[in-house]
Formats: sequence, C-alpha cells, structure tokens
Amino acid sequence: MALFKSITIGQYIPGNSTIHRLDPRTKIIGTVLLIVLLFMVDTFWGYALAALAIAAIVHLSEIPPRLVLRGLRPLFVILLLTVSLHLFMTEGDPIFRFWIVEVTWQGLSRGIMMGVRLALLVMGTSLLTLTTSPINLTDGIEGLLKPGKRIGIPAHELAMMMTIALRFIPTLLEEAEKIMKAQMARGADFQGGGLLQRAKSLIPLLVPLFVNAFRRADELAIAMEARGYRGGEGRTKFKELHFGRRDAIALALAFGFVAVVGLLF
Amino acid sequence: MAEPLIRFEGVHFKYNPGTEREWAALQDISLDIYPGEFVAVLGHNGSGKSTLAKHCNGLLVPSSGRVLVAGLDTKDDAEIWQIRQTVGMVFQNPDNQLVATTVEEDVAFGPENLGIPSKEIQARVDEALRAVGMEAYRLHSPHQLSGGQKQRVAIAGMISMRPRCIVLDEPTAMLDPEGRREVMSTIHRLNKTEKITIVHITHHMDEVINADRVVIMVDGKIALHGTPKEVFSQVDLLRRLHLDVPQVTALSYRLRSRGHGLPEGIITVNEMVNCLCP
Repeated sequence: MALFKSITIGQYIPGNSTIHRLDPRTKIIGTVLLIVLLFMVDTFWGYALAALAIAAIVHLSEIPPRLVLRGLRPLFVILLLTVSLHLFMTEGDPIFRFWIVEVTWQGLSRGIMMGVRLALLVMGTSLLTLTTSPINLTDGIEGLLKPGKRIGIPAHELAMMMTIALRFIPTLLEEAEKIMKAQMARGADFQGGGLLQRAKSLIPLLVPLFVNAFRRADELAIAMEARGYRGGEGRTKFKELHFGRRDAIALALAFGFVAVVGLLF
Repeated sequence: MAEPLIRFEGVHFKYNPGTEREWAALQDISLDIYPGEFVAVLGHNGSGKSTLAKHCNGLLVPSSGRVLVAGLDTKDDAEIWQIRQTVGMVFQNPDNQLVATTVEEDVAFGPENLGIPSKEIQARVDEALRAVGMEAYRLHSPHQLSGGQKQRVAIAGMISMRPRCIVLDEPTAMLDPEGRREVMSTIHRLNKTEKITIVHITHHMDEVINADRVVIMVDGKIALHGTPKEVFSQVDLLRRLHLDVPQVTALSYRLRSRGHGLPEGIITVNEMVNCLCP
C-alpha cells in the first residue's frame, strides 16, 4: 500500500555544502533575519536584492533550484488569492473596469509585490529544512532557547519532545498501515463514500492507533527512567554544536545585508 | 562466595494496594544474584517474573521486605541513580525503548544522562556498538533495523552506561528465530567476555539451558531454583506446574519410564548422544 510511502519526514536533502555545514543556530537566526527583511522592504529593488540573496544561498547549498521552487506548489491557491485580492481591492488609477470590479495600476503593483514576498518567504524558509537534518534542527532550537530557561522556557523538554516525535513518526505510520490492513481484512472500507463517511471510516483506524500510542509512551517513559533520564539537569550532549569562524562570517554577512537592504529599500 | 550483587530479602509486592484490584504479584521472594552469574528466570505470563525484574533497579520497590543492589537499598531515593547505573534493563518491545533518531545518538542517551563529557561518550558509544556487533549501523535510524538488531542496540544503550548487571525482561518475546539467536549469543558473549552479570527473564525453555542458575516462578513465588540440570531433573513437578521441559529431557524421561537406564537431568542433545552411544 503506497498510502504512507509518499510521506517523508521533513524534506532534508543530505549534502556537504557550505550551507549544510553551518551551525544550525546560524541557519535559524539567518532564516529569522530573512523573514524580517522581507517584511521591511517595500520596493522593487528591495525584493530583487532579497531574491538575489536567496538565489546565492541556493547556489551555495548545491540543492537543485527545481526542489526549492517545488515548495511553492502547495501554496499556489493562497498565492493566487493574495495577488487577486490586491489586484481587485486596491483603489487608484484604473486600468480597466469590468462590471463592478476595477483593476488599478496600484493594485497590480501591490498584488505582484505581495505575491513575490510570499513566494520568497516560503523559498527562504524551506532552505532551512532542506539543508538541516531534523536532529540538527532540534539541537539548534534547543541551543537557541537555552538562555530563555531562566524565564521559564523549557528548552530541553521541547527538544526532547521533538526528538521523540521524529523517532516515532515512522513507527506509528508503520503501525497505522498494519491496522488499516487488519481492518480491511475484516471488511472495513477506507476509500468509498462522501467526506463524512470517509471521516467516520477512520475511527476503527484511529482508536487502536491512539491506544497503542499511549501504551508505547508508557513503556518508553519506563525505559528512559531505567537509562537514568531525569530531565535536562546535569545532562551532557553527545554531539555538541560548534559555532565556528564560518558561522561568524555568515551571521555578519546576514546582519549587514539585512541592515543595508532593509533600511535603504 | 563474594557478596551478592542483587539481594532480595523476603520481598512482597502488591499492585493497587488497598483497592479491589489489589493483586499480590510477588510473595516472599528471597534470592541472591552474584557478580558474573547468568541467571535465568522462567515462568508463565502473570507469574511475577516481570515484576521481579523491575525490582532489580528500583523501577518498582517492595511493599515489604527489601532489595539491595551492591549493598544499596532500592527504597533509598538518594541512591536510585547509582542503582540504575549499576543494573541496566532491557525490555520486551525493542521499539518502545529506543529514544533517539539514530543508533549512535540512542546509545549515547544513557551516558548523556549520567553527565559524561562528550569526548568520552564517543569512546563509550564505539565500544558499546562493537560489543553487540552493530558498529556498521551507527547512522541508521531505528526503524530501518530488524527486531534483533533493535534489541542489540538497546543492549548497547545499556553497556554504554557501564553497568555491572543487565536485566533483560523477555528480550526475545517479540523476535523471530533469527533475532532470538542474535540476542542470545550477544548476551552470552557479554557474560563471558565482559563479565557482566545477566538476569534473563523468559518463557522459552531452550533459552535457559546454558544459564548458571534457573529460577522458576509460579504465582508470584519461587517454585524451583537450581542449576538447569537440577531443575530439569524434576520433570514430574514441572509437568504439574504446566511448564515444558527441553525436548531431549522429555524424551529421556519417557525412555526412563519405559525402563531404559538413562540418568536424570539430560538437557542437551550432546549429553543424550553420549548417554545413548557411550
């Protein structure tokens, strides 16, 4: 059954490029900076420079541009909606009029700009997940949140939750497939019927899946305790993150670029 | 004899005490496990063997009586982490005890919890993976492994904590014959070469033949206790307890009851061959 085969966790493309080898914390901060930049700029040149920067990063990451562009596909409807809303709803100098809708020059330029902003946002952020493995990403998030521990941010706990989720996604998918087959063997129908019927037919799948997930959680907790787990206190890390010279340069470049482009354009 | 590594002194344990569902899982268990031993605990479902296992490292503590691990009482909360480092535990379901997304990260989980510096963790992970023969899979994710391989990774996750004893709670129950063989030969090797004390809980008769000692649990009590030879000589008693005996033992029992002069306590095919064709 190919139903679950198509689901991949994250979209990490293994590689050894400059971008791949950056500290995950650098990449997360860089992504945040890019988002800030895209909300600061408001001119044609601003967007052009941001697009150029993203293109440069894609080139450095050695990821086929086609894959980066593919990330836009699920967004097509939202993109179309954004552009057309701006196109039809902005007042200004009319290009043409049709019945009650009026398309204006201002609307056209705003629509295009909003569309480009959205597209660049998605492409820029997908670069993070394309070049960083889920484990690395988790470590990076934990590292960045650690200073927030004093104000009550549970950095270690969040990272542990993410790790366990990543660990168990394939296991639970496998189990879902097994349960589905078992229920189909007893005459369950997961395909036919309307939307409501199909939602209902998922109940015999979801109930055993949840019951088992809770049992697993229970056993995992005991196993973790047996292995000396007692929260983040006094814990060391097997693979420590390494913030090197390359990361310092990358961050300096990112900050500089965002400051100049964001403030000037 | 040396001081016991794990000592049960008149241990009773009740699940859900004081409620309608109260159930005495262990009744008056006294048992010593010595350093370097390979002890097999055998029993049916519900005989209390898993409950016994969970007492070895303080996951459960006795309702009355006490359990000492290397002289430390498992009821003492201050010593519990020392106890868990001394006695490692491997569980039945290989899937539900692996925490991390890669094999090496998972083996590192225990040492991380102990606060070992990261350089030493690397050495321990290498050593542990070598000990179970899984060094080629260090970057695999758990769901890519077979059941036997996952169970070996779980054992490596224990070894990296350098325990003196590993308790295995039905580690082979969910494995195919190939996986069972892998796990059994791994734990026997660890017992022989690394001198790690093994407490192996199982309901497979054939997995206890090579143990130093066998403990048979029935209804929360120790019904029989001795070397495999001593235990399997008592075919009548085992039958009454609805427990199997190894095939050759059953065969020699039947031959003996037909009047053939075979000795008691034949538990391997080789012994049988030597007795029949001296």
